[in-house]
Amino acid sequence: MSRHALYRPRQPAMPLALPVSTIRIRAGLSGFPSPAQDYASDRLDLNAHLVKRPSATFFMRVSGDSMDGFGMHEDDLLIIDRSLDPRPGHMVAALVDGEIIVKRYEMHHGRPCLVSGNPRYAPIPLVEHDCQIWGVVRAVIHQYPV
Amino acid sequence: MFGLVDCNNFYVSCERVFQPRLEGTPVGVLSNNDGCVIARSEELKALGVGMGVPAFRLRDLTTRHGAVLLSSNYELYGDMSARVQAVLEELAPGVEPYSIDEMFVRFDGLDADGTLALARRLHRRVRQYTGIPVSVGVAPTRTLAKLANRAAKKEEHDGVCVLTADGPETRALLSRTDLKEIWGVGRRLAERLFLAGIRTAAQLRHAASRAIRRRFGAPLSRTVLELRGIAAIEMNDTAATRQRIMTSRSFGQLIHELGELREAIRQHAQRGAEKLRQQRSLCRAVQVFLRTPPHRVDLPQYAPSLVIEMDRPTDDSRLILQAALAALERIHRRGYRFLKGGVMLFDLIDADHYQLSLLDAPQGDSERRRSEALMATLDRLNRHLGRDTVAFGMPRPGAAWPLRCANRSHRWTTRWAELPVAKVH
Repeated sequence: MSRHALYRPRQPAMPLALPVSTIRIRAGLSGFPSPAQDYASDRLDLNAHLVKRPSATFFMRVSGDSMDGFGMHEDDLLIIDRSLDPRPGHMVAALVDGEIIVKRYEMHHGRPCLVSGNPRYAPIPLVEHDCQIWGVVRAVIHQYPV
Repeated sequence: MFGLVDCNNFYVSCERVFQPRLEGTPVGVLSNNDGCVIARSEELKALGVGMGVPAFRLRDLTTRHGAVLLSSNYELYGDMSARVQAVLEELAPGVEPYSIDEMFVRFDGLDADGTLALARRLHRRVRQYTGIPVSVGVAPTRTLAKLANRAAKKEEHDGVCVLTADGPETRALLSRTDLKEIWGVGRRLAERLFLAGIRTAAQLRHAASRAIRRRFGAPLSRTVLELRGIAAIEMNDTAATRQRIMTSRSFGQLIHELGELREAIRQHAQRGAEKLRQQRSLCRAVQVFLRTPPHRVDLPQYAPSLVIEMDRPTDDSRLILQAALAALERIHRRGYRFLKGGVMLFDLIDADHYQLSLLDAPQGDSERRRSEALMATLDRLNRHLGRDTVAFGMPRPGAAWPLRCANRSHRWTTRWAELPVAKVH
């Protein structure tokens, strides 16, 4: 008899539900809140909030030397949604020369380009190179040491 | 109409999604313990590497042609397979997984244009959402859909092929299709048909189905009907089981207790192992799945599945059962009520042609003989005295030997510590 390699199921099956106060925090104090509005459902699911299409959503880790332009940090978690069609302004994970690289998708002189957060790197026209978009970055999660 | 969605070179494609540098290079995936090749990229096929070639013979290719040989990563393949299925289910109501990389999809109530449009959508969307390239074949029967799928892989079809029951394209395709390529027609059956003067799918299609039934049995006569465009094969027919064995059933009621689920999975695993021995196959991997009732919107939904790779190809009920129950423990979550569950045995190989590789996990001769004798006795008792006369309870956990998986890629989608890294610059 022998032991088997054990493999785990894919990501969290159990929604993580957090109870939330039914009183919404309001910016400013103008007027009385209508009793009919502002009552959300009584559970918030962070998974459902960030992962719109589980079948097309992948997680990646950030690594690199010049992330300030994008407000990213080493080891941040990227939530990448392949179901989205990339539009100018989107942050994307792109395949450049056999590597996965985070860039911003922009129009440059009427041509689609991948732009770096650091001016040191020139924009890469999307038509050239071995360069294609892998998926659209929907969110970045930065965790603080606690 | 039935559609068959087949993931192209599935294991290799899974690897390439996260390792773009593998694109365009010859890639092979190795069986457990890095024994032999079980999946090949087109480039590796072009170098003349067949399925089942022992890894040590390929050392030359890795140095001379830059071929990359990877250890199998069933955790990744299982997750990607579940994703492909989920994408299909968003677009089409009737999706039946046939193996880890093939799924049947019902194409009902559509005209010719609608059928083609849906086929193209499935083709495009699976690729976009999961990164896995697929071929889609659609036809009036499963057998023809299989052939349509093969045709779809040819360049001129660009991944999608729709066949009608008797169109010119169907006839042309059948006349150049070898018998061995037909679903459910194995090598031996093809040889017997050849001796009877039947050499192509077209000839088999026109053979008198009564005579075929008398001489070759009912399953082949159903294949004849299927080739004519009359749906006659169910998912659990022998033709369907040859390449993978699925035992699953609705529980009849919602169950949530691990004990009850174990009982159900135990039965499915044992039935599957029995079928495996009947057709003289061995399996390399076992998949267990559960499903909550999809139409009960009032209940939380959960449809997990998990693949476990066997140490060596096996038909031993005890090992299969142990793997299936281990998988069940891992996917079961409290708070869900399940309607359906089952076991799939796949990556099957022919027991008669299997030779123990030097690199396979060791099993002594005497141990193998004892296992064979035990299984034969078990099957005989159950056949003569009724099913489940002898069945297994809890198997004892086995001893371990370290698995060789020297070259396994990361489990990119299922482990926090192994996520892909995206560079920023």
